[in-house]
Amino acid sequence: MRQLLIAALVLGVLLGLDVLLPHFLNPYLMRVLMLCGISVILAVSLNLINGFTGQFSIGHAGFMAIGAYGSAMFSLEIGMGWVKAMEASGAPPAVAEGAALLIALLIGGLLAAIAGYLVGLPSLRLRGDYLAIVTLGFGEIIRVIITNVDAVGAARGLPGIPAWANFFWVGLWVVIMVVVAARIAHSTHGRALFAIRDDEVAAEALGVDTTRYKVLAFVIGSFFAGIAGGLFAHYNAYLHPNSFTFLKSIEVIAMVVLGGLGSITGSILAAILLTVLPEALRSAQELRMVLYSLMLIILMITRPGGLLGSRELDLGRLFRRRSPERA
Amino acid sequence: MSEFLQQLINGVTLGCVYALIALGYTMVYGILRLINFAHGDVYMLGAFFGLYAARWLGAQTHPNPASALAVLLIAMAGCGLVGLIIERAAYKPVRQSSRLAALITAIGVSLLLENGGRLVFGADPKFFPQIIPATNIALGGGVTISNQQLIILGVSIALMIVLRVIVLYTRVGKAMRAVSHNHTAAAMMGISVDRIISVTFVFGSMLAAAAGVLVALENPKIEPYMGILPGLKAFVAAVLGGIGNIPGAVLGGLVMGIAEVLVVGYVSPTYRDAIAFVLLIVILLVRPAGILGRQTAEKV
Repeated sequence: MRQLLIAALVLGVLLGLDVLLPHFLNPYLMRVLMLCGISVILAVSLNLINGFTGQFSIGHAGFMAIGAYGSAMFSLEIGMGWVKAMEASGAPPAVAEGAALLIALLIGGLLAAIAGYLVGLPSLRLRGDYLAIVTLGFGEIIRVIITNVDAVGAARGLPGIPAWANFFWVGLWVVIMVVVAARIAHSTHGRALFAIRDDEVAAEALGVDTTRYKVLAFVIGSFFAGIAGGLFAHYNAYLHPNSFTFLKSIEVIAMVVLGGLGSITGSILAAILLTVLPEALRSAQELRMVLYSLMLIILMITRPGGLLGSRELDLGRLFRRRSPERA
Repeated sequence: MSEFLQQLINGVTLGCVYALIALGYTMVYGILRLINFAHGDVYMLGAFFGLYAARWLGAQTHPNPASALAVLLIAMAGCGLVGLIIERAAYKPVRQSSRLAALITAIGVSLLLENGGRLVFGADPKFFPQIIPATNIALGGGVTISNQQLIILGVSIALMIVLRVIVLYTRVGKAMRAVSHNHTAAAMMGISVDRIISVTFVFGSMLAAAAGVLVALENPKIEPYMGILPGLKAFVAAVLGGIGNIPGAVLGGLVMGIAEVLVVGYVSPTYRDAIAFVLLIVILLVRPAGILGRQTAEKV
């Protein structure tokens, strides 16, 4: 009952913000806000693989691309027809578009999850850096294939995707992502993932099915990367293979490491920081990316464990006078 | 048949370039277990240093082997210095941190070199001067090799031999091998680990610079982002051969270059960038430690 109430409250707040925010923020700030939300989903989903399980994946952009192109193709081929039919039968546009978007996102997410399963399998044999390179290679292969398949626009890009993703949908998926990650972290499964990260051999000796959990982390992480890709596709209304280069994967890794491996709130903070930072530096123009890379280096030198380490940011702690243990 | 031979010559030439870059990756990895993502950008810097050296020496107006050699050496010296600075300023402070922190730092350095390069050199492509005019030499049977390809082959093989001699028969090389086995034990034997790590970066960067100049000879369009893809492929080549293994890097580079040229020639040029990674995944699934890499048992 309590959970239902909280869920209803979250939905209400998101809907309210969706209506209110455009009145307060100009379109540019709205765009930055939406991109922040998508970055948060990407960073937290990669944190499941890299931070929780310690499997080093540097091909996240590939999963994102699969989700983006998968969901966009669904919307273009089928979803838009459904929306027309639903509107013709009297459904309000927001509901019709939302329903079509939800299905498109789930399809994109599932496709990415299948890819995640296939990429997770070699992790049975490969460790550390070798696994990293395979994921890198996978991401690049996906990009080259997209660039060469004419049905998805090839190197011209894919225009005309319906822009259905609004603040409500991005916000909703951010909440789902964070809740899923937090629930995993505090469950038996989460403990198993942490055990694999800390010492794979010891975890296996204690009866953790390491293979299953590693693949599971890949599947869940890539599912949400696919969702983030789908949201990006339906927000940007245009996709280009160059949005999913190696550099994109690197950006997401930088968020996870900067935030602190295994820290969900850290990933959120770093995702927002690394999305806003290049925008805030926009006035510096040419110097923008130079400053960005310098800050990345300096941050890693001064805080090598990430902004938060593996701790979680706890707002409640700021208000509590004494820690409950001492009291 | 002659077409195949021609492709093979082109492939070996490309492979030599990949091998030169891959050597830098593999040496740094062997010593620090760090994937030096900035290495591809050092290769880019090598081409640009070569360009400025050639302009400064006026090597274009009076092409002769001496000035071409000078261009090569200046570029190598410049990049060696850059490698030293990168190691001291960026990598040394994070050496004791987690490997991921070091990796993100490497990525930061890579972005810095690319975007700094864009700022300094300009975003539009520059054209590398013809310091050695191209001529084609017929080998019979319709197969030709250009003098530039010959130079690429000759210089890279010479550099590889020099590197092998250094690593196997000099005190520095012996120290490098010792450090790559175990930092602490090497330090206890009186080896200055910091110095050896710096030397490794300098050697690797010089090889990358040579690769940059050699590629620019044959393919004169150079721009600040030119290092990304060859860097990635050379890294894949290093992994393919067994990372940390010097002969492995050369073998991996050659396999990669030949495979790429054959795909361009017989399949489709648009898939040239994918073959590297397909090859990598296939080989790693069969031999998880690379072609020449040793499978080490995990000790608990």
